[in-house]
Amino acid sequence: MIVIVDYKAGNLTSVQLALAEVGEESVISSDPAIIAAADHLVFPGVGAAGSAMEELRRMDLEPVLKAYVATGKPFLGICVGCQIIMDWSLEDGRTDCLGLLPGGTDIFAASPESKVPHMGWNQIRFTKRAVSGRGPRHPLVMGIPDGSEFYFVHSYFPTPADTDHVLALTDYGGKPFASILGSGNIAACQFHVEKSGRWGLALLKNFCRWDGRLEGDGVC
Amino acid sequence: MLTKRLIVCLDVRNGKVTKGVKFKENVDLGDPVEMGRKYYLDGVDELVFYDIMASAEKRPIDIAMVRAVARKVFIPFSVGGGIRNLDDMREVLLAGAEKVSVNSLAVQNPDIISQGARAFGKQCIVLGMDAKKTGLPGLPSGYEVFVQGGRKAMGIDAIEWAKKAVALGAGEICVNSIDADGTKDGYELTLTRLIAEAVDVPVIASGGAGTPSHLVDVFNKGKADAGLVASMVHYGTYTIPAIKADLSAAGIPIRAAV
Repeated sequence: MIVIVDYKAGNLTSVQLALAEVGEESVISSDPAIIAAADHLVFPGVGAAGSAMEELRRMDLEPVLKAYVATGKPFLGICVGCQIIMDWSLEDGRTDCLGLLPGGTDIFAASPESKVPHMGWNQIRFTKRAVSGRGPRHPLVMGIPDGSEFYFVHSYFPTPADTDHVLALTDYGGKPFASILGSGNIAACQFHVEKSGRWGLALLKNFCRWDGRLEGDGVC
Repeated sequence: MLTKRLIVCLDVRNGKVTKGVKFKENVDLGDPVEMGRKYYLDGVDELVFYDIMASAEKRPIDIAMVRAVARKVFIPFSVGGGIRNLDDMREVLLAGAEKVSVNSLAVQNPDIISQGARAFGKQCIVLGMDAKKTGLPGLPSGYEVFVQGGRKAMGIDAIEWAKKAVALGAGEICVNSIDADGTKDGYELTLTRLIAEAVDVPVIASGGAGTPSHLVDVFNKGKADAGLVASMVHYGTYTIPAIKADLSAAGIPIRAAV
């Protein structure tokens, strides 16, 4: 069962509809028992990291998410969900986040060439961590061409402490930021997978087929 | 690199996509959900649905249509026309729209922009603006804001209004030139550029697109972030992949059509 975590983070229906488009049924829930029983967990996010964390804590979901991740089952964070898996965020002042991956977040510097928020379609470039010489290898990005465009809407971006956790980079504001993160059974995308057309749907489908395990050295 | 966006606009009247010239002489073109799905599959970057009669008929937006679109289209889409208050915005966003567009409502009640931005985030709030060069004395730019589908002049300067709307929290401005609308003679480049240079949010140019070269001009000379098209694709004159191929050949960064 695919579960979309409901923590009052805005529109979760779009994620559910995108999953339905790739033939996958899902439930939207904040019930700890349902989340624990999921075999795939999608953690979307809309809004600010600070208020999202506040809501998660108010609903007592933080230990539930951590317990799920500890089982090794696949976990996908989307947008703000890609930021609050980090140790901390600078949005809404410094907020302690879930700490599933080491590192924090940063904000884009606005300029006439790079308006903030970063909104629209931008390309992703796979890192060596995601690909071998034969194309994308991480299960999440299988079949997705390097340089594909995805739809972004955000002012903050994750800054993982370990570059091994960066699966893809995107250029904005004159420098690259991490647009896909991955470590073990945890994966996260800064873009809106559910609004990213063909390749967004392909990524969702890959996630649904993934068992959370990685080949070889345990990374890729 | 962030790409320029190609947006298709679907004006909806009585449940059908319609197209007029200079806001008049409308003809029905098809089902909005099916047409939206087709453009999505063709690789368009974003869609806009305007319920063009909702305001005039004083009824809420067709929320069933918004829900139906969300089930078929997996790119961002915005919805406008008939938004009366914060509750209407919420309903449209929860139905699956990425953004809501306010036009006449925002002119009458600018606070709706800041209320919407606070409640849902700036990126959800698009200010739609219909403007026309009237040269009315007292307007610094000579471009005047109109409401009610271009029928009523407001005596407000278009550039000043754009700046004010952004200060209130508009995350994007869609500038529609009443003079250029439906002419297929090209966008109003001066109006678009004046607004793009005056604000620090993305500007969508609307009205007048007839060929891919008009889009090239509005990106290069009009400094637009996105271009809205309607008749040039609705009547089959151009396809989305063909327009994108031309833009790409002209050096405009654009998402590959798939």
